[in-house]
Amino acid sequence: MKNVIEKYIRKEMFPHIWCPGCGNGIVLGALIRAIDSLGWEKDEVAMVSGIGCSSRITGYVDFNTMNTTHGRALPFATGIKMSNPKLKVIAVMGDGDCAAIGGNHFIHAARRNIDITAVIINNMIYGMTGGQYSPMTPTGKFGSTAPYGNIDQNFDLSALAASAGASYVARSSIYNPNQGTRFIKKALSKKGFSVVEIISDCPISYGRMNKLRTPVKMMEWIKSISVPKKTWEKLSVEEKKDKIPMGEFLDICIPEYTDKYKEVCAIAQEGGGNE
Amino acid sequence: MVTKKDNMKVYQNEETKIIVNEEWCKSCGICINYCPKKVLVANEKGYPVAEKIDDCIQCMLCELRCPDFAIRVENRKKVANYNMKDGSLED
Ligand SMILES: Cc1ncc(C[n+]2csc(CCOP(=O)(O)OP(=O)(O)O)c2C)c(N)n1
Ligand code: SF4
Ligand code: SF4
Ligand code: SF4
Repeated sequence: MKNVIEKYIRKEMFPHIWCPGCGNGIVLGALIRAIDSLGWEKDEVAMVSGIGCSSRITGYVDFNTMNTTHGRALPFATGIKMSNPKLKVIAVMGDGDCAAIGGNHFIHAARRNIDITAVIINNMIYGMTGGQYSPMTPTGKFGSTAPYGNIDQNFDLSALAASAGASYVARSSIYNPNQGTRFIKKALSKKGFSVVEIISDCPISYGRMNKLRTPVKMMEWIKSISVPKKTWEKLSVEEKKDKIPMGEFLDICIPEYTDKYKEVCAIAQEGGGNE
Repeated sequence: MVTKKDNMKVYQNEETKIIVNEEWCKSCGICINYCPKKVLVANEKGYPVAEKIDDCIQCMLCELRCPDFAIRVENRKKVANYNMKDGSLED
C-alpha cells in the first residue's frame, strides 16, 4: 500500500511510547488514512488532545497540534474552531478523558453542534494511571479500583452523543480498521459535531485485570463482544448483555455553531437585536 | 528473497513486497495471528517473518492492524491507494 503514514507523522518520535499491541496506534493509523483520503493539507488540520495514553497521539502527528489538560480537549478545540472556523478541528480523547473528567464538555460540545470531530479511543479503563475503572468500564469487569468487579453502569457514549445534539455518531473497533477509517472519514466530512467511538484495547491495564493479558486475547474479546447494529436491534435484552453494537447511529444535517455565531455577528453589526 | 537495509527487513517475490521495520516492531503478534493466509511467523524475537510470502493475498490486514506502523505490504507491479469503501486497493 502507498506509504501514507510517513507523510503525516513526526518520524523522529518513533517508535512510539505505547505498549506492545496498544490500540492507540491502530486508531492513529485509521485517522491518518482517513485524513489522507480527503486530501487535506497538514496545515489545515488542528488536532487537540487532553491527558492519557491515548492523548499522546498529538505528539506523533505533523498537524497543528495541542496537548492540553485532562478532559479539556474539547474546550480548547472549541476555542480554536471559533477563532478560525476554516481549520479542520479534531479532538482525540480517551474514555476517561472524554466521559469522566471531560463529560460535561463532551455533552455541551454536542449540544452546540460545533464543527469538531471527536475521536474517542475507548479502552474502557484509565490506562495511563494503572487501570482505575472509568465511566466506560463495563459492569462486572475489574479495575485496580474495582478489585471485586465494577458495580457502576457504563455509559453508552454513542447514544449519549446522539441525544445531546451531535450531527454524526458512529462506533467501530480496532479489530475492524477499515470500518473505523470509513467512519472517521465521514465524520471529518460532516459539518457539525461528529463523534467516532473506537473500541480499543489496553493489554496492560485492562487486560491484566480481566484475564486478557495479551494483545491477541484482547482483540479476540473485542471481536466477541462486537455486533453489527442491525443484528443488535433484533437481540433480546438478555442477549444484548455484554455486547456492543457497531455501526453508524446518526447522520443528520442541522445548523452548525460557528455558522450561527457568524449570523449573530452580522445582526449585531447591523444594529439589530431584540430592541 | 530477504534483504536487510537499516532496520528494514524486506521479503519479496515477483508479486509482493513485505517490509518489516524491526526497530519499531514490538512483537505484539497481532499481524501474525490475524493473517488470513498464515504468511507470517514469529522469529525468536517475535518479529514477523514472511515465510509463506507466496500465499499472501495482499489483503493489507497486517498493515492496517499493526499498532506500530512496523509492517507494510506492497504490490510490486503497482502502488495501490487505500480504498475507503471496502478496504480494497485501488490504483
Ligand atoms: C486534573 C487531572 N486529574 C487526574 C489526572 C490523572 N490522570 C492522568 S491520565 C488519567 C486517565 C486516563 O484515562 P483515559 O482518558 O481513559 O486514557 P488512556 O490512558 O486509557 O488512554 C488520569 C485520571 C490528571 N492528569 N489531571
Ligand atoms: S497502558 Fe494501556 S493504554 Fe496505555 S499505552 Fe499501555 S496498553 Fe496503551
Ligand atoms: S497482506 Fe494479508 S495475506 Fe499478506 S501477509 Fe498481510 S495479512 Fe497476510
Ligand atoms: S503487528 Fe506490528 S508491532 Fe505487532 S508484531 Fe506485527 S509488525 Fe510487530
